[in-house]
Amino acid sequence: MYVYDSFDRQFVTARVAQFRDQVARRLCGELTEEQFRPLRLMNGVYLQLHSYMLRVAIPYGTLSSRQLRTLARIARTHDKGYGHFTTRQNIQFNWPSLEKIPDILAELAEVEMHAIQTSGNCIRSITADHFAGAAADEVVDPRPYAEILRQWSSVHPEFSYLPRKFKIAVTGAHDDRAAIRVHDIGLELVKRGDGAVGFVVFVGGGLGRSPFLAWKLRDFLPEQDLLAYVEAILRVYNLYGRRDNKYKARIKILMHEAGCATVRDEVEAEFERIRDGALELPAADVARIARHFALPPLTDRPAVSDREEAAKAADPIFARFVATNVTPHKLPGHASLTISLKPIGGVPGDATADEMDLVADLADRFGHGEIRVSHRQNLILPHVARDDLPAIHAALLAAGLATANAGLVGDTITCPGLDFCALANARSIPVAQDISQRFADPARAAAIGPLDIKISGCINACGHHHVGAIGILGVDRKGEEFYQITLGGSADDDARLGDSAGPGFWPNQVADAVETVVDTYLARRASPAETFLATYRRIGLAPFKEALADVVR
Amino acid sequence: MQIVTANRLTDGRVVFRTAEGRWSEHLAVAAVLDPTAAAEAVVAAAGDVAARRIVEPYAVEVIVGAAGPVPKTMRERIRAGGPTSGTEAAAARLARAA
Ligand code: SF4
Repeated sequence: MYVYDSFDRQFVTARVAQFRDQVARRLCGELTEEQFRPLRLMNGVYLQLHSYMLRVAIPYGTLSSRQLRTLARIARTHDKGYGHFTTRQNIQFNWPSLEKIPDILAELAEVEMHAIQTSGNCIRSITADHFAGAAADEVVDPRPYAEILRQWSSVHPEFSYLPRKFKIAVTGAHDDRAAIRVHDIGLELVKRGDGAVGFVVFVGGGLGRSPFLAWKLRDFLPEQDLLAYVEAILRVYNLYGRRDNKYKARIKILMHEAGCATVRDEVEAEFERIRDGALELPAADVARIARHFALPPLTDRPAVSDREEAAKAADPIFARFVATNVTPHKLPGHASLTISLKPIGGVPGDATADEMDLVADLADRFGHGEIRVSHRQNLILPHVARDDLPAIHAALLAAGLATANAGLVGDTITCPGLDFCALANARSIPVAQDISQRFADPARAAAIGPLDIKISGCINACGHHHVGAIGILGVDRKGEEFYQITLGGSADDDARLGDSAGPGFWPNQVADAVETVVDTYLARRASPAETFLATYRRIGLAPFKEALADVVR
Repeated sequence: MQIVTANRLTDGRVVFRTAEGRWSEHLAVAAVLDPTAAAEAVVAAAGDVAARRIVEPYAVEVIVGAAGPVPKTMRERIRAGGPTSGTEAAAARLARAA
C-alpha cells in the first residue's frame, strides 16, 4: 500500500481545515449557495435528491483493512449504516449532514483518504484493474503508475478547470478488467521484447450521451515519458476541448470532430517540446513508489490445495463459489477472492458497516490486510491462500456475503438511479433487484455462464450500459420510467458498444425482456461453452430483437 | 395544483413549505397552492435561502387525494417518500445477517 509522506499528509490535512472553514462560512451566511457549490463539489460533496452525498476516493481501488474499518465507522456514526461502492471504485455516503462532513473528512485523513477530485471538471480519481498486483496474467502492476498519476494530477494548477471531467484508467494485464477503452485516457502496461516497460495509450473513450470507444494514440510509450505524454494530451484537450457546450466538452468529442490523426499530431508536438524535462520519470522514483506495492510476504505453497479440493468435493455450494468468485493468483497456492455485493435481491454495490468490518477482519486474518474495490461494485481479497478458501467462505456464508455470482447474470453493474441521483430519469436499483430475483437459482445462473448486465438511470451512463452484454438505460417517457435495452456491448480488450434492441420496455417488462434475451441465447448457442457474447457476435441482433417483440406485445 | 419544496441547508433533507411559511419534512402538511400562489411562495422562499434555512426552492405539480398532495412525477414522489430501495434493503440484509 502507498503510504503518505509528510507532503501528502500536510496537503490533505490542510484541505480538511480549508473545507471546515468553508462549511462554517456557508452555515453562517458569509458564503452564498452559488459561491459554496463549486467549493463543496471540489471536496466530493453533492446535493442529491434526499440529502447531501459524499463521494470518497479509493485511488485505484486499493484499501487497507484499517481504511475499510474507518469507512464502516463513518457509515455507522455519520450515515445510515451503509455505503455504496461505485463504478469508479469510489464509495458514496448517501446521508451525511453538511455540518458533519468536515469531521468525516478529518477521520478519512487519519487513514490517508480524501474526497478531493471526486467531482468537478478536473482529473478524477485514477482507476485500475482490481486484481492489480495479484493477477496471474499481469505483465506489470499498474498501481505504482496510477499512484504517480494521482500525485501529478492532484490539484494540478493547469488542469483544475478543464472543459469537462477527465477519467484515467490503467491496466497491467492484456485482459482488460479496468475498462480502459471507455476512459478519457486508458493505459495498458506492456513489456517489449527487450524488457522495456511502457504503455499502449488509448484516448477519447467515454460513454454518456455520445458513446465512443477510445482511439489508440500510441502503441508504445516508454515508462519514463508517462507524465510528459499525459500532460501533452491534457494540454491539447484543455486548449481545444469545447467549452461552449457541456455535451460536447469531453475529449471524445474533440477526437471525433478533429480526428485522431490531428489530435495525435498536436499531442506528439507538445510531447516533443516538453519531454526529457521536469516531467521525465526517473527509474529510481518509479522503483521507490513501486516498493509501496510489493507483494505481501506470501509463503510458498503447492499449486493445488488439498484442503480446498476436499472441501469442494464435500460441499457443492463451496465448489460453486470457487468456480465463480475465485481468480488465479500470480503465486501458486494463492488466489484472489471476490466478495459479491450483489446478494439476491440486494442493492448492487451497497455494503453495511457490519459487512465492511467483517471484510476488514477477513482481510486481516487471511489476506494481509488488503482489500480491493472493483468497478463492478464488488470487494476483493487479492492475496489469500487457497488453503484458507473454505474458512473464508464459511465466514462469508454466515454473514450473507457468499453469493457465488461474480461475472454471472446477477452480478449487475447498477448506478444509484432515481432512488438517489438528482440527474436520474428512472430507477436502476429495483430493475437490478428484479433481475437478480428472476435469476436467483444459482444452478441456472451457472448454466447461463458469464453475462454482464449494466444498468444506468440516465444517459450519463454511470452504470456503463453501452458496454453491457445486456445494457439497460432508464429514460423518461412522458413522466414515466421507461427502459431501453442494448445488446452485445463489452468493456474488455475487445470492447464494443451495444446495439439498440428496439423501442423499450415499461418497468414491469424489463426482467421479462432480459429473460427473453437469455432464453434466446440458450436456445441458439452452439454449445454450453459458447458465451452469450460469442453467440451474439455469431448470430447478431435480429433473433434477439424478434424475440423481444413478443415481450412488448 | 402545486406545492413548494427545497432541501434543508444543514443536512440536505427534503422539506416542504407549509401554509404558515415554515418548512416541514412531511409532505402531508405542504401548502397546496394554485400556480400563481406557488410562484409567489417560491419568491418568498428566497428569504429562507438568505436566512440559511433551505437551498434550491421550487414548485412541484401535485394531485390532491384523500391522503393529501401526491407529486405527479416519479422523481418528486421519490424525493417525498425516500428511496424505494436502498436503506430498506440494506437493513433487511443486516437483519438476515444477524
Ligand atoms: S447514470 Fe444517471 S442516474 Fe445513474 S448515477 Fe449517473 S447520473 Fe445518476
